Order: sequence, then C-alpha cells, then structure tokens
Amino acid sequence: MPERAPSSLLKKALERRELTLMLLLMVLLVPITIRSPQFLSGENINRILNDMAILSIVAIGEFLVILSNGIDLSVGSIIAFTGMACGMINESYASVPPFVLLLVGMGIGLLMGLFNGVLVAYGKIPPIITTLGTVNIYRGLTFVLSKGTWVTAHEMSPSYIGFPRTTFLGISYLLWIAFVVIAVFYYFSRFTRTGREVYAIGGNPTAAKFVGVNENRVRVVVFLISGTLCGLAGALWTARYASAVNEMATGFEMQAVAACVLGGVNFSGGAGGIIGVVLGTLFLGVVTNALPVVYLSVFWQTFVQGLIILVALALNTLSDQRKSAKLLAQRRG
Amino acid sequence: MAEKKDYIAKSRLINEMSIKSRLIEFFTKWEVILVIIFTLMFVFFTNRTPYFLDWFNLMNATFQFSEKAIMALPMIFIIMCGDIDISIASIIALCAYAVGNAAQGGASIPSLLLISLLVGTLAGLFNGLMITGLNMPAIAVTLATQSIYRGISIGLLGDQARTSFPEGFGVFGQEFIPNTIIPYEFVLYLALMLLFAFILHKTTYGRRLYAIGNSAEAARFSGVNVKLTRIINFTITGFFCGLTAMLLASRILSVRSNIATGWDLEIITLVVLGGVSITGGKGTVFGVFIGSLLVGYLKFGMGLLKFSGTLMTIVIGSLLIIAVLLPRLLDLYKANRKLRLQAQH
Repeated sequence: MPERAPSSLLKKALERRELTLMLLLMVLLVPITIRSPQFLSGENINRILNDMAILSIVAIGEFLVILSNGIDLSVGSIIAFTGMACGMINESYASVPPFVLLLVGMGIGLLMGLFNGVLVAYGKIPPIITTLGTVNIYRGLTFVLSKGTWVTAHEMSPSYIGFPRTTFLGISYLLWIAFVVIAVFYYFSRFTRTGREVYAIGGNPTAAKFVGVNENRVRVVVFLISGTLCGLAGALWTARYASAVNEMATGFEMQAVAACVLGGVNFSGGAGGIIGVVLGTLFLGVVTNALPVVYLSVFWQTFVQGLIILVALALNTLSDQRKSAKLLAQRRG
Repeated sequence: MAEKKDYIAKSRLINEMSIKSRLIEFFTKWEVILVIIFTLMFVFFTNRTPYFLDWFNLMNATFQFSEKAIMALPMIFIIMCGDIDISIASIIALCAYAVGNAAQGGASIPSLLLISLLVGTLAGLFNGLMITGLNMPAIAVTLATQSIYRGISIGLLGDQARTSFPEGFGVFGQEFIPNTIIPYEFVLYLALMLLFAFILHKTTYGRRLYAIGNSAEAARFSGVNVKLTRIINFTITGFFCGLTAMLLASRILSVRSNIATGWDLEIITLVVLGGVSITGGKGTVFGVFIGSLLVGYLKFGMGLLKFSGTLMTIVIGSLLIIAVLLPRLLDLYKANRKLRLQAQH
C-alpha cells in the first residue's frame, strides 16, 4: 500500500458521487432560499419529501435492475395495474385494512416482476425488449381489469385514502414506508450476498459466473424486487392521489431512470449506490418544486429535468473517464 | 490448408442437404414467418368482417400507420449499430411546434418544410454528437434529450394549440393521388422503404452498419469510421423526424405539445418485430416493412371488430416478446438439427 498524503482523503471524499451530489444540492438551495426563505420551512420540506416518496421507492427497484446491466421500462404499467387492483378491492370490500392492500399490491407486483425476470433470464430476451413488451401488456391488462372505468375518491374508504397522510411521530406513513424501503435495500445492496452478486453481474458477468454467481437467479431477483416495489408504490399511489385511472403513472419509468442517472448509477452496470439514488430523487424533487420560486412557468419543468439529467450524465461520464485514465497512468507509472 | 479442407467439407455438407433441410431453413427465416403470420391475419379478418378486404378501406387504413412506418426506416440504421433513440417522438413534437408557429406567422409551405427538416436534423445531430463525443450510452442520452426536446415544445406552447396553416397544407397528409385511392403518404413510404432497402443492402454504407453492429471494435480496426457513421445515423433519423412532423401536422392540422407521445416505443417495436436484433448486426428492411404492415393492419382489423385501443396494446406487446423469443427457439432447433446431421455424417 503506498503512503497517502493527507490531502488525498479530501480528494477521495470529493470523488464520492454522493458527496458531490449533496454539495450540488446545497449550491442549488442557496439562491432558492435567498429568493424565497419559506422554501426551507418545515412544511415545504415535508411536502417535497412526501411528493418524492413514491418515486424513491420505484427508483430503488429500477436502480437494482440497472445495476445488473438491465432496464425496467414496465414500472409505470405495474404501478397502474396494482394501483387499479387495490382501488377496486377497496371499492368492493371497504373493510379490508390498508396494510393488507399494500401486501396485495406487493404480491401482484411480485408476480409481474417475476414474469419479466423469467423472460429475461431464461428466455434470454434483452431486458429492454422484454419490458417494452410488458409495459404494453400490463397497461392493457389494467384496462381489462377496470373495463375502462376508474375508481374515484368517494368510492374508496376514508381509511385507505387517509393512510399515506396518517402521521406517526410527526412523519407521514408514506414517508415511513419510504424510509424502511431505503434502509432495507441499503442493507441488501451492501451487506447481503445476493446484493453483492447484483454488483458482480453488472460489473463483469463473465467473471461473476466464474466465481460461482448464478446469473439467472440474480436477474430474476432484481426484476422481482423491482416489480414488488412497484406494487407497493401502486397501492400507495391510488391512496395518495385518491383515484385509480387507466393512465396513471404513464411515463413514470423515465422519472425512475432519471433519478438513477442523477444518482450516479452507471448505465453499463455494476456501479452506483442506494444513497446516490435517493439523493437523485431528492434533487429532482427540489428542482421541480423550485421552479415557481424562480418565476419559471411549470410548463418548463420537463425541459429543466431533461437538461439536469444530461448535465449529470456528462459529469458522471467525464469523471469516470478521468478516473480510469488516472488508474491507467498509475499502473504505467 | 486446414481451413480450406474445412470449407470444402462444409460446402459438401450444404450440397448434401436434403430438400427437407432446405424447406426447414426457408420456413424458419423470420421474414418468411412474418409473411405467414401476415397472411393468416388477413384471412382471419376477411372471414370475420366484410369491411376488411376492401381496397378503399385497406388504403385508407395506411393513414394510421404510414408516419410511424416511415420513422421505423431510419431507426433500423440506429438499432443496427446497437444504438437506440427514444427521443424521436420528442423531436417530432419540437419540429411540429416549429411548423405550427411558423405557419401562424404566415410562412409558405416550402419554407415550413425547410424549417421542420432543419430543426429535426439539428436535434438528431445533437444526439449523435453527445453520444459519440463523450462516449455515453445512447439510451441515457436520448432519455435526457427526450425530456429536453419535448420540454421546449411544452415550455413554448404550454396548453395552447397551433391550428392555422396555409392553404393546401393538408394535401400531403390527407389526400390521395388524383383519380386513385392511394394516399400520398403511403406512396412516399413505399419510395422511402425502397431507398432504405437499397442503402442497407446494396451500398458500402449499409454493409458498414452490419459490421458495426456485429463488432464495433472489429469494424474500427478494419477502417470504418464508427463514430461518424453513428452520428450520421442519428442525424438522418432527426431529418426524418422533421419530415414526419410535417406529414403529421398536415394530417391532423393541429399542433399541441403532447403530439406523437409514446411513438418512441411503438416505432422501436416495429423495428424489433421486423427482425432487427436489438443488439445490432442483424435484420432486413423487408422484415421491418412486413412488421409495420402487420401491426398497422392488426390495429385496423381489431378496430373493425370493435376491440378497444388499449386491448390492442396487449396483442402488440405479446407479439414483440414472441418475435424475439421465437427466432431464439428456432435458432436452437436449427443448431440442434445441424449437430445431429453432423453426427450422422
């Protein structure tokens, strides 16, 4: 081990994607807060966090799939199907407690994710094609399930609609659930065998196979997790927005992927972390909420999001390239 | 020497292939399977409704898919090189915005076309430069530009619509060739299809695309300018987005910021269904042609039988998965058969 100069610790810290992102978030917050001090009020922060809770749950599933060098385009459709199913169950059997609905949503999502995973792992169909197919199939099934009708607020039970807003220790259930999901998958991705295997498969599938990683199993597991989390998100979505329509969560996959890209997740697999993804989600939330503060019409939201993704992507790529160039120089030196 | 021997042995093996083998070889080609499915679909719909096999209806139905089929052509080039572009619907929206706005300002039809093509080409060029310049994955870059291009048209147009167009603007998207029942749009599609088939299958440029798709590294070492070729692909695609935006605006005579939403995935579906490998290096224009007609007439026929639009997405999604799964199973079958034949010899 070569001796380390004291300054290299700071440099190493700056190289951490999460810290850079945190710093960027601070830099972004300064002018916003100067312009509108109430932006950092507890109430507004609470609102932003609640807005972003569902996205963070879905983005974590998407992260694991991208980590294994795949992509899941079907998340929006799984949310729609499970959300619709939960809404309809609630409409017919109002006595079913909300947490059972969450479990039902997760169960349905699990099956849909399993279907994706089996096609990818055993059918050897590229993830992008598989989920391009199932994004249509699941959306169509949502329509078959609902027969084109929708579930409105007054057809649902107050306990279900109120569930995400119920607070415990001053924090909504919705946020608690997001916190638990984040904690569980932080542990999963860093400290469990399967979690590390996802990194291994994404980083170098051939090497991973030689050390005995069961590639098919890992591929099924990541889609299964993504589906289950989407199921959870769907059940929460219907309750939070107090309606279930066929078109719900259309294009949500792009937001989930965007959160991952912002969080520094590498598209060729094997790099990135849960904290980065959560910060990426938060970043999207702050930007979206800050637009009216800087007197920019909401209509520019899509543009600003796209621009931020592109800049984040370019920065990621440049820093990766610099890092590998440095490594190469070290090896030569 | 050994290679030559091997080659002779192989060619002998091919010569000795029975008629049965050749038939199997022919009928397991993806394009042939597509034609068979297409024919079956025609027979099915003709049996179920008298309105399907009617020349006027069949021609009229092409209005619904000509624009998407046109966009599938340049997309073949992109996917052939192992890239992907999920920003095309947004480029179309951006071009349509430019057209709608210029038309409101009183621009003539030729200048509208010029504006649309220019905006599209620039947007495509930007995609290509970002992807190859910084060596970023195409899916990530076009995900970002999808929001950027769409975002510009949403930001500038808001919830407004542009609906005033010069006289005669609707001809290309709505009218038929005089004294016939053939729409201009469909003729344009057929001409472009032949052009793209010529480029892909008969020119050096086309061969280079296959080379890049099979191994970008190998192609680079044999003197192909891989980066330039990929930039050209994205630029061509942008150009055709401009053309499609003109046709679309001409057909519906109204431009909103949500125009062509969801077309990206639909067009990629056409290309993959047509037998182009998503990892690149494999596929034909003819396959995509049949695939486009198949999806177009499937939607038309199901519409006649009063199936809802959302229900069709199940069929198309399943078709896409089967389209990729089936050739794999056939390849497996073919490989097994070959092994068995070799074992017999």
